[in-house]
Amino acid sequence: MLEIKNLHVKLENEDKQILKGVNLTVEAGKVHAIMGPNGSGKSTLSYVLSGRDGYEVTDGEATLDGADLLDLEPEERAAAGLFLAFQYPVEIPGVGNLTFLRTAVNAQRKARGEEELSSADFLKVVRERAKTLKIDADMLKRPVNVGFSGGEKKRNEILQMAMLEPKMCILDETDSGLDVDAMKLVSEGVNALRSEGRSFLVITHYQRLLDHIKPDVVHIMANGRIIKTGGPELALEVENNGYADLLAEVE
Amino acid sequence: MAALDRPEMDVKEGVDQDTVDAVAKLSGKYKYGWETEIEMEYAPKGVNPDIVRLISEKNEEPEWMTEWRLAAFERWETMTEPKWAMVNYPEIDFQDQYYYARPKSMAEKPKSLDDVDPKLLETYKKLGIPLKEQMILAGVEGAEDYKEGERKVAVDAVFDSVSVGTTFKKELEKAGVIFCSISEAIKDHPELVKKYLGSVVPVSDNYYATLNSAVFSDGSFVYIPPNTRCPMELSTYFRINAENTGQFERTLIIADKGSYVSYLEGCTAPQRDTAQLHAAVVEIIVEEDAEVKYSTVQNWFPGDENGKGGIYNFVTKRADCRGDRSKVMWTQVETGSAVTWKYPSCILRGNDSQGEFYSIAIANNYQQADTGTKMIHLGKNTKSRIVSKGISAGKAQNTYRGLVSMHPKAKNSRNYTQCDSLLIGSQCGAHTVPYIEVKNNSSRVEHEATTSKVDDDQLFYCRQRGMDEEEAVALVVNGFCKEVLQALPMEFAMEAQQLVAISLEGSVG
Repeated sequence: MLEIKNLHVKLENEDKQILKGVNLTVEAGKVHAIMGPNGSGKSTLSYVLSGRDGYEVTDGEATLDGADLLDLEPEERAAAGLFLAFQYPVEIPGVGNLTFLRTAVNAQRKARGEEELSSADFLKVVRERAKTLKIDADMLKRPVNVGFSGGEKKRNEILQMAMLEPKMCILDETDSGLDVDAMKLVSEGVNALRSEGRSFLVITHYQRLLDHIKPDVVHIMANGRIIKTGGPELALEVENNGYADLLAEVE
Repeated sequence: MAALDRPEMDVKEGVDQDTVDAVAKLSGKYKYGWETEIEMEYAPKGVNPDIVRLISEKNEEPEWMTEWRLAAFERWETMTEPKWAMVNYPEIDFQDQYYYARPKSMAEKPKSLDDVDPKLLETYKKLGIPLKEQMILAGVEGAEDYKEGERKVAVDAVFDSVSVGTTFKKELEKAGVIFCSISEAIKDHPELVKKYLGSVVPVSDNYYATLNSAVFSDGSFVYIPPNTRCPMELSTYFRINAENTGQFERTLIIADKGSYVSYLEGCTAPQRDTAQLHAAVVEIIVEEDAEVKYSTVQNWFPGDENGKGGIYNFVTKRADCRGDRSKVMWTQVETGSAVTWKYPSCILRGNDSQGEFYSIAIANNYQQADTGTKMIHLGKNTKSRIVSKGISAGKAQNTYRGLVSMHPKAKNSRNYTQCDSLLIGSQCGAHTVPYIEVKNNSSRVEHEATTSKVDDDQLFYCRQRGMDEEEAVALVVNGFCKEVLQALPMEFAMEAQQLVAISLEGSVG
């Protein structure tokens, strides 16, 4: 599904190397977690994969089902099935949540040469999926993320994910700013979307999210590289001992 | 917005595929009629008393009207063009314009949609306006208004072929509403025209209004009798077509005691290399307890991306809330024109009268817009509200210029002004010039202003969800304008939203 080889990335306007040779393969239907200390390059990886401005790829490649991601515009990557659940979902004043969702869904369908969803069909699907995330009609009408609580914003990200049905989902610190109940709700939303054809890359600081969203593989990232890969037990190890030991091991 | 380039994407909520197909089909057929009807009859270039008399004569006007025009012309000759607005354009040679143009033969009047001006249909198609709304846009007065020249031909034709005109006319007559061209009104309702014409915008008001008074060729006239709610929305579709021809419409709307009317105005013009002049005057009289809503979607040709051509739009619009508790609401979506000089204003003369102004002004490429409003509070307990959204992109300059004036007798009056500017890119400008005069101590004036840029994070968020850059900008900008879009009548709001997207094409990337 997702294949990253020797990815080197620096900041566009600064001589600062952030990713220094990332190698990662996420197979179809699998959940991979990336953990790591602050500044290790986790969020940068998610931004570079989704095509945000401000970064320069100096070496390496990233493909999604064989398609060269780095060569595509952000919206083309989205249409190819890449979804990023933002750490800080962006507010868009005056644009209703439903309008936003519908525009996004239809834009992707168009790009893939599929027919647009009729408004009746769209509404039916959206209501159904919103319900499982405990998103009420009012929240669907309100402007995108404006005045949403931390939990509401993250649930809204998962709703978008549910509507867009991507095959590769990147969750960038989706657990940040969530209380226990909200985390449970969001995790349930994610788990409901797990399927054979859909893969996840879950970026997090903490093991606790991985209690809810059980990963198949855990990677530890530090200083722009993946320094260790293992099973779910690796996350527990970090939880108990911190990153210091692992980092020392690598040094 | 890329989506609009694909015909199958034109279908919006609530619009039948059938309707869209019908419009699409018609727009492909136009070529026949177009060539015959383009032949125009012009008066000689320039303006002088003879031209003024000729226009009056062509409209078969009574003597008093001719005199009125000539007096205006005399006045105009003593005036100089105002230069205080923040707009730059080459000097206009007022003698190098045609002031009168009309199709050569009335017999060539198109009988069906096949003969209709293709650009208009293309515009409609691009906007995805359903046929039903095209008819509404076509305007009830269309058929009678042919003399005006080319600009209403398309409207006529759309109108004729489906002949809804008569239905509307009957319905309006039943309610006692008069809706006709101003040239007709001058002939058929001289007492009303004599009483009200020039009573809100005096002949001597300003350079462009005075010129308009001398040479206006046609326009709309509306009279709503006392205690009457106009049974439908009235609309006029203005279009400039003939080359080098100035366009001077005159609109007069009278809402008698306790009446209500909503009036829609739409404008487009074809693309030409040379700039064209448009100087219209709109006067609205609002009597006791009456209410008028006036909505404009102005999409005159803005010039090409290098700033060549386009319409110079110098417009005087003013409403006089004469009666107590009268109310007027201006809503404008200004996306077109190379230069816009326009300040729809409210004179709040009656006690407890209210004026509202909602505006979206978009300037892209080399467009310049200097627009805003004047709220003149004369009566007690008068209220006004101004919501202005200015969007600048490319190398455009966008100025909000507004006056709020509380006169000594306007006790306990209120004004609220909200003025937001949005910048797209780094080469455009937004300016806010509020003038506030308060001459009594019981009134309150509030002014809020913001300037922001389209946020890269917002665009990236939209694009990550699959929208292309232009779609993303359109979405964000439509959100920014929402308060004003909501003030528009439904069918116009839809059109306006699409226009916002179209007029920002190429503003990013």
